[in-house]
Amino acid sequence: MFNTLQDLMLHNKSITYVLMGVVLICFVGFWHFLTDKEERKRRY
Amino acid sequence: MTTETQKGTLFTPWNIVAGIILAAGVVVTIMRFTMGLGSVTNLSDNNPWGIWIGFDLLCGVALAAGGYTTSAACYIFGFKRFHGAVRPAILTAFLGYALVVFALNYDVGRPWRLPYPIFYQQGTTSILFEVGLCVFIYLTVLFLEYLPAALEWKRGFDKYRDILVKLTMGLTILGVILSTLHQSSLGALYLIAPSKLHPLWYTPYLPVMFFMSSMFAGMSMVIFEGTLSHKHFHHKMDDEYNLGYEDLQMAFSKAAAWIMAGYLAMKLLGLAMDNRWQYLGTGYGAWWLVEVVGFVALPCYAYAVAYRDRNLKLARFTALWTVLGIVLNRFNVSLVAFNWQLPSVDRYFPSAGEIIISLFVVTIGVIAFRFIVTRMPIFYVHPAYKDSSH
Amino acid sequence: MKRRHFLGLLGAAGVTLGSGATAKAASLGDVKGLPNAGGVLFDASRCIGCRKCEAACNQVNDLPKPAKAFDDLTVLDVTRRTDAKTYTIVNKYVPDAGKPPVFRKIQCNHCMEPACASACFVAAFKKSETGAVVYDPDVCVGCRYCMVACPFNIPAYEYDKAFTPRVMKCTMCQPRLLEGKLPGCVEACPKEALIFGKRRELLNLAWDRIGGNPGRYVEHVYGEREMGGTSWLTIAPKPSFAAIGMDENLGTTSAPELTSGALAAVPAVAGIWPVLLTGLYAISKRKEKIAESEKQAAVAAAIAKASADAEAKLAEELAKAEVAGKRRIEVEVKKALEAAAKAGEEGEDA
Repeated sequence: MFNTLQDLMLHNKSITYVLMGVVLICFVGFWHFLTDKEERKRRY
Repeated sequence: MTTETQKGTLFTPWNIVAGIILAAGVVVTIMRFTMGLGSVTNLSDNNPWGIWIGFDLLCGVALAAGGYTTSAACYIFGFKRFHGAVRPAILTAFLGYALVVFALNYDVGRPWRLPYPIFYQQGTTSILFEVGLCVFIYLTVLFLEYLPAALEWKRGFDKYRDILVKLTMGLTILGVILSTLHQSSLGALYLIAPSKLHPLWYTPYLPVMFFMSSMFAGMSMVIFEGTLSHKHFHHKMDDEYNLGYEDLQMAFSKAAAWIMAGYLAMKLLGLAMDNRWQYLGTGYGAWWLVEVVGFVALPCYAYAVAYRDRNLKLARFTALWTVLGIVLNRFNVSLVAFNWQLPSVDRYFPSAGEIIISLFVVTIGVIAFRFIVTRMPIFYVHPAYKDSSH
Repeated sequence: MKRRHFLGLLGAAGVTLGSGATAKAASLGDVKGLPNAGGVLFDASRCIGCRKCEAACNQVNDLPKPAKAFDDLTVLDVTRRTDAKTYTIVNKYVPDAGKPPVFRKIQCNHCMEPACASACFVAAFKKSETGAVVYDPDVCVGCRYCMVACPFNIPAYEYDKAFTPRVMKCTMCQPRLLEGKLPGCVEACPKEALIFGKRRELLNLAWDRIGGNPGRYVEHVYGEREMGGTSWLTIAPKPSFAAIGMDENLGTTSAPELTSGALAAVPAVAGIWPVLLTGLYAISKRKEKIAESEKQAAVAAAIAKASADAEAKLAEELAKAEVAGKRRIEVEVKKALEAAAKAGEEGEDA
């Protein structure tokens, strides 16, 4: 339980920000998993 | 600005003006950091944010948007022709953001604590936290995107350069995400103060409007900056840059005109959404129309004409016009329409010290830009890396 | 309000997600809202503008002595606001010319959902259980966004300090509250214009006063719902709150709600943009690849056609050569036969 909406949001948003970082890193990994058989030597 | 013919002497008009600004800037800097904000600014308890936020931060970030728009066009949307324009745009953006952060050190009360929100105690409910985090990461991203040019200049770092070049795609996408977030959040900063910002400018669409306007601000800045660079650094440019240059100016004129049309639509729909029509008849309404018609609708039309007729001159003029319009918009939101209900004695007007520091920051930017483009492979591909895809 | 935030979110993210609205709906059950927090009721009709509260505030908070003494009432002739050396001030208003003035005490209203706390990017502000909104100068960076955010224009800044500038505002005398004492101003008030108590009880008291004195008060408790409610409540004599310099158009939306839409758009962008942008990249890459392979196919076809032509020509040449060869053999054979015949004839002759 939280005393104020502000406290609740502080709690929620802090977790969300951490997860956003995790998600962005996972996207990179998954994209590579998804595409790395297309062409072994891909040039970006 | 100097040209190559003036290289011999130190006392060119530009150097003298720059010297005066730098000297005055140093004096104000010393005053600011020894006697406090009050000694050099007109900031007050009612007006905690002046031009160091309204100009240095809001305009600085919006006008540095050319970095993400150009690199996104080239690498994500596949406009390979614009490849030559990416490096100048990235450099401008990198310097722009670096100077924004530099200028913030003047504005905040205890600049040595600037890392606190990210590393010490995170106020994640604050829109400013989001801005700070994104600007911090994006500055790093821009630095990494710019770094290959510096490494090619100094040679002997090919291993690191090649790693960075491989990261280009990821950095570009990350750059667009971060730009979307903080460009819009700069507008969202004002969502918390509905009672202070004039109803014509206060709308829930503020974040969207700041984001959309950052796109055409960035493109206009690329056109404007490219035109200036052509005048002064033409000898540094190679065929790839010169071939793509006019195409890019035309393509960005087209894109800017189209995005500005969307921006105008949002301005109009915003009025309807919150029923703000009655304010159009007031003094603030007239000023709002000056901004929206005079500095968005007309340049939008001018860009369209320039594109249809392939009129480069008009496109370049319109770019400057649009840039001024962006500055006007950011000033309106942060200063003119902010605290609009306060009596005029309590309103803010920048002090000489604040203006000097803003000029000081811009001057440092121009000097740094000149230093880099005359030495590093910005407007040309380094002969040793002709075959590189970067 | 929900529609507004939803649309703000929609626009900000550029995507159709309702997470802003749902986040708010889910939150309501998780928030207690400090029902027992303390507060102060200020009755403007009782205030006589003696400035004793200002003096007490100055003393208990160890603030610097002002230029004019607290018993100098000429100070009231100008409209003032709180500043870095003054947590509270009393202003004089004359709503009806010719009638006695009305005084209003100004200090931090200690919002139930403080805008300063919502705006602070180092979480330096906190709504404490006592009801006070307290500030921690040890983490403050000095960005002054709290001052931009505050709808009541309360926080002030020590602009004259170079190394340790702080945001300054009323603390509701938090240190005294924790000791079980009253706030300095409340204790000093000679007319009981200030009453400290539980906010919930003060609200009842305020409405009792309004109801018990028909025609005297504006029928509104300022702070009951303004900006989500404040711990400091004000009731005022008629005609209006605006007549004593209070903004009557603040609305009831609290600061966290004002920004929740934009904040909800942030994770949406982080989730959707990578997918969208990488998708666009893949599409442009694929188009390029198709164009490339079409080009290659065209080249291959051209080469194939060219070589087919060449082959046909070669075959033709070969055929021609064959015919020519045959003819040559025939000629040779003919020649040989003729020679042989000639030799036979010559033999017969010999």
